Amino acid sequence: MTTNSNTKIKQEITSQKQPIIKLENLKKAFGDNVVLNGFNLELFEGENLVIMGKSGSGKSVMIKCLIGLTEVDSGNIEIMGKNLRSLNQNELNELRTEVGFLFQGSALYDSMTVRENLEFPLRRHKQKFGIVNDTTPLVEEALNSVGLLSAINLMPAELSGGMKRRIALARTLILKPKIILYDEPTSGLDPITSKEIIELMRNIQSQYNTSSLIITHDVDCARVVSERMILLIDGVNYAEGTFNELSNSKDEKIKAFFKH
Amino acid sequence: MFGFTSIERFFIEIGDFTYFTKRFFQEIFTKPFEYKELLRQCYNIGNKSLFLVSVTAFIIGLVITLQTRPTLQEFGAESWMPSMVSISIIREIGPVIIALTFAGRIASGIGAELGSMRVTEQIDAMEVSGTNPFKYLVVTRVVAATLMLPILVIIGDAIALYGSYIIENLKGDVSLTLYFTKAINALSYTDIIPATIKTFFFGFAIGLVGCYKGFNCDKGTVGVGMAANSAVVFASMLLFILDFIAVFITDIFFEI
Repeated sequence: MTTNSNTKIKQEITSQKQPIIKLENLKKAFGDNVVLNGFNLELFEGENLVIMGKSGSGKSVMIKCLIGLTEVDSGNIEIMGKNLRSLNQNELNELRTEVGFLFQGSALYDSMTVRENLEFPLRRHKQKFGIVNDTTPLVEEALNSVGLLSAINLMPAELSGGMKRRIALARTLILKPKIILYDEPTSGLDPITSKEIIELMRNIQSQYNTSSLIITHDVDCARVVSERMILLIDGVNYAEGTFNELSNSKDEKIKAFFKH
Repeated sequence: MFGFTSIERFFIEIGDFTYFTKRFFQEIFTKPFEYKELLRQCYNIGNKSLFLVSVTAFIIGLVITLQTRPTLQEFGAESWMPSMVSISIIREIGPVIIALTFAGRIASGIGAELGSMRVTEQIDAMEVSGTNPFKYLVVTRVVAATLMLPILVIIGDAIALYGSYIIENLKGDVSLTLYFTKAINALSYTDIIPATIKTFFFGFAIGLVGCYKGFNCDKGTVGVGMAANSAVVFASMLLFILDFIAVFITDIFFEI
């Protein structure tokens, strides 16, 4: 189900920009459990696209397929014009520097300090930034952009949930990606911290001019950050449109997402 | 796993483990090499096991001597004590007991560490950042375990012999020089070399099993406990199988 006005919005965006991510007919099953059953997606340059779906609807599986962490059964994945499934490991690693990923649970390395967490992605990509030895300016810049420079020498265990999420975002930003994938960026956070993270996401998009694909079931997050939304139900794009279009839909399945 | 019988699961596990081992040998010889992490793991695995290994070995030395002495005394053969203890410790008891202690500490530690990294998506985060997590986490730990266990066994053997000497000295008034002269004279290269070589295989097996269980951990936090537990069980079982193979091969070549 795709609304007419959404087709218009998509046409407007398409006429100006090229899709930076394109998923075609994505299928993935775990045994008899079909998670994705022909999912399609196009993310355009500079766009914020939100994917909403119930827990267990396959949102996280989809985003992991997109970055090559989970192998798809069939379908086409194109990122910045490159077919993900035809890349070798080195080419995939190279492409991954252009795609940041904010994990649901932050995924900070427990055994490393905040500084080491941020330095870690730079280890194999120093040439990209012309770094000889000292990574401090890049680390400080990334920490400044999330407002946590003071936490540079702390261990992850010493950080609150919100701080962990911010540091994880800083780690995502350090490679200056063109695309950022957010997997439930506000899950497990209190409402105030969630708002701070959402605000941060918007600031980052304007500061770094990134395209964002946001997986969430937080309606407030979707309302604030989305330019376009896709509802993922039963492994397919059930509906697409702007937040207002979908939230005013008469369809019962769609309405269920926006009930408080 | 989806609807497999336990026999099928067993063979799937063997297949996965074989594939994991093959991947280890592919990754170990390809660049980039993680030297810094390897050194850090050598420190973690070697240095941090030293105290446990030393205490275990010392007690083995004491106990073997205490329990064997009355029997040897009965036959008037107490003077054979250093030779008997050194051969049994160097050939078999030292490597096996120290490897089992090492497996209990290292295989479970690696299994739990990598398992928790897997369930908290830290391994995925490494992969996404363009670092090969297999090379960074698995290869370094397996190589460190392979290199550190033989060193720990050599140190442990020496400490066990010292423990044995203390009992001998208390009960029979033997000097340190005399005890160690007798103990070392009783050994030949065919006792020392095969026993040392097999500890490399023990270390490799312990590191590999711990990494395999941790790296492939699932089922959330419950899975972490299962990974740690099954790593110790699987590694210990593998140690005895490897020990049998090592003794069998040694017997063929050196007629022990």
